[in-house]
Amino acid sequence: MLTIGQHVYDEIVTHARRDHPDEACGIVAGSTGSDQPLRVIPMLNAERSPTFFRFDSTEQLQVWRELEEHDEVPVVIYHSHTATEAYPSRTDIGLAFDPDAHYVIVSTALCGNGEGSVEFRSFQIVEGVVTEEKVEVA
Amino acid sequence: MAVEVRIPTILRTYTGGAKAVEGSGSTLGEVIKDVESGHPGLEDHLLEGGDLRRFVNVYVNDEDVRFLDGLDTVVADGDVVVVLPAVAGG
Repeated sequence: MLTIGQHVYDEIVTHARRDHPDEACGIVAGSTGSDQPLRVIPMLNAERSPTFFRFDSTEQLQVWRELEEHDEVPVVIYHSHTATEAYPSRTDIGLAFDPDAHYVIVSTALCGNGEGSVEFRSFQIVEGVVTEEKVEVA
Repeated sequence: MAVEVRIPTILRTYTGGAKAVEGSGSTLGEVIKDVESGHPGLEDHLLEGGDLRRFVNVYVNDEDVRFLDGLDTVVADGDVVVVLPAVAGG
């Protein structure tokens, strides 16, 4: 199960709506071993694409170094789907590398840049196997 | 020439858990070969068909080697190589 704060949920959704129709991406950092996602770090989508995302490599290095200094990890790795449901695509599954991360996908297919409804789902992806988990917003 | 190579968590099974290993060589490609000789299996996660894998980021002194000379990027004693899995999807 993924338990996240309302502000974390809101920040991810706001980012996804803002970047629509391109895919938004980022992480939520938390202390190593805590499984608590506390700090949303929106990342640049170097692809600036409605169908693909990739963290900007230079920004990723800076952020990963910061995490290490603070003894943090990316508890959540999130991105948006802007035309399809919030379920991992074949590409998402193939490129998922962190068995401990919660892979969150937000679909803005229904709301676009507006205030309409979003789909917000979380998955564990381990060696190509996708397991959906409950999301509790506390 | 000794170059420090920082290994991401996911690949530390090849380095006995070490966060960083030393390699030698005058280019990034040579350093990777040298590291592979002491830590077999690592190279396969970095290279594909003789080139860097598309979804692995490699940096020399904080510069993404895609913006330098890739595997031909010249390295010197004391340089730091960082390997990170790219975060990407569709």
